[in-house]
Amino acid sequence: MSATEEEKKQIVAEGEPAQKHVPGEAAPEPGKPGTWEFLIAIPVFILGVVVCLFVGWVLFPAVLYCEKQQPIDFSHVVHQEAVDEGCESCHFFREDGSFSGIPKLENCSQCHEEAMGEHPEETRLIDEYIEPGKEIPWLVYASQPDCVFFSHAAHINMAELSCGTCHGSIGESDHTRPYQYNILTGYSRDIWGWNIAGIKKNTWDRMKMDDCAECHEEKGTNNACFVCHK
Amino acid sequence: MKMDRRSFIIFSLGAGAGITFSPLPWKLTDDMAIWTQNWPWTPVPPEGVVTHADSVCNLCPGGCGITVRKVGDRVTKIEGREGYQVNNGGICPLGAAGLQLLYGPWRVQSPLRRVGKRGSGQFETISWEDAIDEVVKKLGDLRVKGQASTVACITGLDRGTVPQLFDRFLKAYGSPNFIRTASAGDTYEFALGLMQGATASVGYDLERASFILSFGSGLIEGWGSPVRVIKAHSVWRSGNKKDRATLVQIEPRLSNTAAKADIWYAANPGTEAALALGLAHVIVKGSLYNADFVKNYAFGFEDWNDSKGQNHMGFKSLVLSKYSPEAVSKITGLSAKDIVKLAQDFAKADRPLAVWGRGKGTLPGSLYECMAVHALNALVGNINKPGGVSTRPEVATQAWPEVKQDSTAEVGCSKPRVDGAGSNRYPLTKCLPERWPKEINENGGTIQALLVHEADPFYTTLDSAAVAKAFDRIPFVVSFSSYMDDTAYNADLILPNHQYLERLEDFPTPVGLQKPILGLLQPVVSPQFDTRHVGDVLMTIAKGIGGTVAEAFPWDNYETVLKETMGDKWHTLEKAGYVEADYKPPAWGKAFATPSGKFEFCATAFDKAGMRISKDMDYLPHYQPIQPEGDEATYPLILMPVELIRLADGFIGNPPFCTKTLEATELKGNELFVEVNPKTAADYRLSEGQHAIIETPKGEGKVLVHLSEGIMPGVIGMPKGLGHVGYDDYLAGKGVNVNSLMGVVEDPISGLCATWGIRAKLTSVLS
Repeated sequence: MSATEEEKKQIVAEGEPAQKHVPGEAAPEPGKPGTWEFLIAIPVFILGVVVCLFVGWVLFPAVLYCEKQQPIDFSHVVHQEAVDEGCESCHFFREDGSFSGIPKLENCSQCHEEAMGEHPEETRLIDEYIEPGKEIPWLVYASQPDCVFFSHAAHINMAELSCGTCHGSIGESDHTRPYQYNILTGYSRDIWGWNIAGIKKNTWDRMKMDDCAECHEEKGTNNACFVCHK
Repeated sequence: MKMDRRSFIIFSLGAGAGITFSPLPWKLTDDMAIWTQNWPWTPVPPEGVVTHADSVCNLCPGGCGITVRKVGDRVTKIEGREGYQVNNGGICPLGAAGLQLLYGPWRVQSPLRRVGKRGSGQFETISWEDAIDEVVKKLGDLRVKGQASTVACITGLDRGTVPQLFDRFLKAYGSPNFIRTASAGDTYEFALGLMQGATASVGYDLERASFILSFGSGLIEGWGSPVRVIKAHSVWRSGNKKDRATLVQIEPRLSNTAAKADIWYAANPGTEAALALGLAHVIVKGSLYNADFVKNYAFGFEDWNDSKGQNHMGFKSLVLSKYSPEAVSKITGLSAKDIVKLAQDFAKADRPLAVWGRGKGTLPGSLYECMAVHALNALVGNINKPGGVSTRPEVATQAWPEVKQDSTAEVGCSKPRVDGAGSNRYPLTKCLPERWPKEINENGGTIQALLVHEADPFYTTLDSAAVAKAFDRIPFVVSFSSYMDDTAYNADLILPNHQYLERLEDFPTPVGLQKPILGLLQPVVSPQFDTRHVGDVLMTIAKGIGGTVAEAFPWDNYETVLKETMGDKWHTLEKAGYVEADYKPPAWGKAFATPSGKFEFCATAFDKAGMRISKDMDYLPHYQPIQPEGDEATYPLILMPVELIRLADGFIGNPPFCTKTLEATELKGNELFVEVNPKTAADYRLSEGQHAIIETPKGEGKVLVHLSEGIMPGVIGMPKGLGHVGYDDYLAGKGVNVNSLMGVVEDPISGLCATWGIRAKLTSVLS
């Protein structure tokens, strides 16, 4: 049995789009469903921005850096008072011009062979390091990567920079601050700087190559690659 | 609100914008770049106090002074010692790579005893006490059984206190078999003994020579004391054209020395003696020789009559009759015109000097060839003269007390040596290190125990298959090596010596130097492993054996031996790191201790030594071809080893730093190249980079072919120093050991190895 004419028309009508746009007719009026969807897009976009800003600025640094405590809580203030030659009393230049860096246990032992006071950190220093003759595994905030040749003599003795130009006020600290390091590179956080955006206010806030280059530029020093990358 | 596709895309766009304005991508990019530069296996120099310490390098007989840079107790660099008389601040690639020998994985870290089959490389760690006990027991048993003379010892040098301790040990123990690795220096010493009556090494005043005629010596490839010779080469090359020295190289291959020479003559290999005599012919015929020297201080130049009135041929008659430029041209392949010109240029130069010793001088070579070259020096009167050649003694030291031998020792030492040196056949030769495997394999010679110190006979002795066979017949092999070299790898027991940077020892005058200088190896770094000084170990073994063997070593330790031996020189030696002797070669009137009291072109010392010389010509330097082994029909080509300064081929394995410097036409992966002339390649259908099998009467190996116009057609050049079985993956299994393809051709007079090449064939194979 074949379909009637009416049934055929019905089938054709159902096959056509519900709102077929016919040229010459007016666009849908405001208040209809299409306009509402456009508005809802704005908060969704903002949500995406906010979430990722949070991830980038807060979560990422928290995940990227791990924290360690120094083996001994060292007071620069106490030691500065006890020595005569300031920083160079312990961080000195060797006879050949090389820099001693962080003092070795031998340096500490010169005064702390036996306890000088009753501070618990000093007791720990003697019990855990001096008596067993074990070097203190200091975590070096300013340690530069191995591909960099850095001469303290060139900067302190020749260019006459002060220690603080790069190291800030560490010489005035009463406690060691936590050491943070990058889990990907292993570098100390002081190299990139504590500001995750890399923004610096002081010369000692960052120790990246650009910072070295900036100072070399200002002072008119050679900025060629081989100056630092031998 | 539902998160549909559209919302997700919009959220992602927002996220993208948010991330862009956060430090995450920028910081992460930076960190990732840094991360790739900090692989955990990248070696990092340590930080700490930098110090420098002076010592002497003993990796070759060159004996350069070195300055070691240390950070804390870690050696970080080895440099040439400034002001040192031998090398004055220079260093060779091997010396600079000495660090890898100190810290490399091939160090023997404690005494080892073989547990697997010999050569399997399976060892167990044992204590020093057990190791020494084992040696004491074995040597003690052999002595009790009356087999003391079956113990042999092979060392790298025979001068210096440590080799002398080994010699003394054998004397007290009862064995004549103190064997030392041979070199071109041995043949030259032999020639000096015959022609000048001297018991001394040869010294060349290279720096002051103005015309250097090199008979195949690799002057910038490690010949002599390598850095010293390279520096002398710089002196020859400095100054303006008029002042520059002239260097003429005779060699079948365009080596670096040949490439740097003013003139390079590719004479047929093995015909150097004929060429030297051809030059002598021109010099004599043209009266270009030093008439004063020849007339007043030389014997055997003219024909002469012996005490019985019998007339003998002199050098002049010989060269004039047999070595005309035309005749020599036929032998050597050089034109007669070139021979005449070369002879004239050489004789007319201010300070001409002919040097001898093929390649690095590691093979002893032909005695008559050496005598022919030395005769050239005599003709131009440069003996003991500035820019010439001289005899050079050692720095005098305190003699040790005479060894008291018991009857066992006396009987043992009176027996013939296992290598045949000092026998009626070879009365003037001290050691024949290439000969003992043949004696063991073919002539019933016996070695029950072999002690090896700073030598790698398993690797360096020619005809490796025969050496391995001989090793199989030695029940007890002890190595004192610091490294797992090929001999140590095939030893039964390894008692590791401190490495050269870890120990105290004297170093005799470097080879070829004209001035006596004694250097001091100093412990610049503390021993890295459970090793002991070989001098102390040897004395402990002697004391364990007891009796007169123990009494021969009255010292507490090696340091005492060294101090007592140096006597009043010790203070200077300790302070300066070396002692120089005030030595000036004697004037001609007093220089020669031959039977005639003169320089002898005609070596009558043969008679004195009881050697039966039948023909007049055999007293004189003459061309007696040393034929390479193999028949020409089967082996139409000739294989010659090529020695490179970047490839150590002695008792030290090539360190990775040096192996890295080998060119892609020398070593590719584990495959070694042989160098052939394109003409030869065309004859055998070989092309560049193609695999081939090289076969000689002694063995075969798979190699790659490198075509070079710089090698004579018909000659195959093969780098020497690869194909080790010991050491580690950085060296073992790389290439083919050229020594395994070579055989020993004995010099008829000295018995030393006169091999310069071997017949070979090259067959192409599909890759």
